[in-house]
Amino acid sequence: MDEIRLIDVRQSILAENENQAQVIRQSLGGKNVFMLNLMASPGAGKTSVIIQTIRRLKEKLRMAVIEGDVESIVDSEKIQAEGVPAVQIRTGRACHLDAPMVTAALDSLNLDELDLVFVENIGNLICPAEFDIGSDLQAMILSVPEGDDKILKYPLMFSVCDVLLVNKIDYLDGSDFNLELLRRRAHELNPRIRVFEVSCKTGSGFSEWCQWLEEKRGAKQ
Amino acid sequence: MHELAVTKSILKLALDHAAQNGGTEILSIHLAIGEMRNLEEDWIQRYFDHISKGTIAEKAVIKVRKIPVVFLCKECGGQFTPNLKEDKKMLCTHCGSFEYDLVTGRELTVEQLEVK
Repeated sequence: MDEIRLIDVRQSILAENENQAQVIRQSLGGKNVFMLNLMASPGAGKTSVIIQTIRRLKEKLRMAVIEGDVESIVDSEKIQAEGVPAVQIRTGRACHLDAPMVTAALDSLNLDELDLVFVENIGNLICPAEFDIGSDLQAMILSVPEGDDKILKYPLMFSVCDVLLVNKIDYLDGSDFNLELLRRRAHELNPRIRVFEVSCKTGSGFSEWCQWLEEKRGAKQ
Repeated sequence: MHELAVTKSILKLALDHAAQNGGTEILSIHLAIGEMRNLEEDWIQRYFDHISKGTIAEKAVIKVRKIPVVFLCKECGGQFTPNLKEDKKMLCTHCGSFEYDLVTGRELTVEQLEVK
């Protein structure tokens, strides 16, 4: 009978993904390309926020979008209609993007001709928070109709993000969404998080958000 | 659902390390998982049983050591564990400061293998 023994491993389960994320970060750094990882629930307005942001920044920055949504090309068609390159990652039924998937998508873009890449992650607030994709900035969108209590249900997502966009702010009137409570909870969980109130419908808040994004990108150079 | 991706990595790590150490059967795999991670233990074992079929790990039991969320206060140097699921203020329990760093709670590690 073979002897039973213990082997020490002590290795990160996601080490392979984390290493690949580092490779992406270095390669984008060398090309002066800034990458933003955008996460949210389905219907929170990821594609709309990207489109509104592109419209305001396209005179200043060269942009592209990596679309990670589940088995559909609807979103990438909308982006291409804005005159910006879009790459669709066909994720099947996967629940998140990881660094190898993003690497493949980046390979099909001409990074020498880009300043800013948006990654539209898959719509959910759990899985994408677990996987580093090599981005410079993690952003999440929470829309007013989803409610102000989401932070209590998905603390990891709020803790990994640098910025929170509260979208559909035009729905605030007549709703019981407590913006002050959400801001307090977000800052208590993540003191570094920056909160912007926006509406894709009215355009409010976008000049502040775009100016901040532009500054962040500028700071990387 | 991301448990499947995580489980594939666990299997790969386990098989690599068992092979390097001349193991012929993996009996158990010991993981450390931070409480901030969104992972269901039952799902990991279920996925593992499925994807490990035909390998030396097919009978392995996944054992999880949960690591609590601990913050280190930058003001007073005290450590504290917040209750993330309740509507409590996330402040240092010693001095009330907002400034703190996460020390533990995001681990996702294969610690040890039990092999024959």
